[in-house]
Formats: sequence, C-alpha cells, structure tokens
Amino acid sequence: MSFKISDDSIVIDEFASRLSHAQAGACATFEGWVRNHNEGQAVAALEYEAYAELAEAEGSRIMTEACEKFDLLAAEAVHRVGHLQIGDMAVWVGVAAAHRGPAFDACRFIIDELKSRVPIWKKEHYVAGTSAWINCSTKGDFAQNTSAPDSA
Amino acid sequence: MKTITVKYFAILREQRGLAEESLSTEAADAQSLYNALQTAHGFTLPVDRLRAAVNGEFRSWPAPLKDGDEVVFIPPVAGG
Repeated sequence: MSFKISDDSIVIDEFASRLSHAQAGACATFEGWVRNHNEGQAVAALEYEAYAELAEAEGSRIMTEACEKFDLLAAEAVHRVGHLQIGDMAVWVGVAAAHRGPAFDACRFIIDELKSRVPIWKKEHYVAGTSAWINCSTKGDFAQNTSAPDSA
Repeated sequence: MKTITVKYFAILREQRGLAEESLSTEAADAQSLYNALQTAHGFTLPVDRLRAAVNGEFRSWPAPLKDGDEVVFIPPVAGG
C-alpha cells in the first residue's frame, strides 16, 4: 500500500502487480488523463508541481484510511509531476478487495481525497497562450472555489 | 530573531521568484510571517486560502515558529 509522486511517465504494471492477493475477488482502477479543455478554455498542456515529501505522507495517510474504511486487501496510487501533454496519465489509483462494492467505493474515495488534500498543484497552459494555476485565482467567479473542479 | 527556511511552490514560487530562502524574522508564527512576506512580495492569495506546513507536517494557523523551522505555505491544491 503506497502513494508515490513520479517525475516520469506512469508505468501501470509496476503498481498493478502489487495488487495481487489470493483473497481478492475484485480490482478497481482509476486513471486521470490530461484533457484538451477546462472551464471553456482550450488546454494545450499541463504542469503539475508537488511538495513531494508532504504529498507522499498525506497520500499514504489517505491509502491507510481507505484500507481501514473499505476493508481493502491492497491499494496503490501514483501521481505525475512535471510537464504533461494531452492524453498523458496524470494519476493512477488501483485497489483490490474481496468484492466489487468496496473496490469501486474505495477507488472513488481515494481519488476524491487525493484531489482535495494532497499538496499537488496544476498549471494549465492554454492554446490562447495564457496560463493559470488552478484554484488559485483571486478574481472572478472561482476566486473562492477552494475545491478542485471536476477535472480528472 | 529566529532563522526560518521558507519553501515556495506553484503560484507562490512564481510570485516570489524563488523556490527557497532563509530569513531572519521576529514573526511569532507562520501566519504573521506570511502577512509580512505578502506585503513585501505582493502575493495575491490571502492567508485564509492557504494551509501551513512546518517541518513537513500540516499545522493549524497561526502555526507558531521556533528557530530553525522550515515553513511551507500551501496554496489551494489541484491534483488529479
């Protein structure tokens, strides 16, 4: 069970192989991809930055919480940092449980908690040539929006 | 006076123009240190939109400081 920050492209096999468990009857995974639009703007590329030390500590706490709450047999997650292009994988979450219900629920819980608690930041570079740190605006409609928009 | 290391990430790193600095300060806590840095460097985020981390762990505001501490001001996160 772990949460890692990765400077390199996510290689799923590395993490998925750790989910194998003789008591597991279900495996649920989630992939977050870089898409070409957000909030009505055409996105050219993304940049993710993390406070890696605290991100891995907080992410690991989330994985532990998920294991206890959903009675998981295994859980792994990894989040990219650096410059990403459209279609690249930004985050991968995988869990194994005895049955599908807890597996689906835990997968959702982990990605939701990762998005709201882990010190990772996203800068969108727009096709129009501008860029913005998401959730950090202090002007306009989203100035007080401290939760991530539904972007993964 | 105490010596505090401040690490900056994301929008704060860009607005400060640095990833890390060592400061001599009389600020009793991270909140008053941020207020002083915000005035000096024009940070756009108000302190109530940030979280504080001291020595690698989240702390509640005002987050008291002692000599040698490492502080990170955490802008609203956006992973995923």
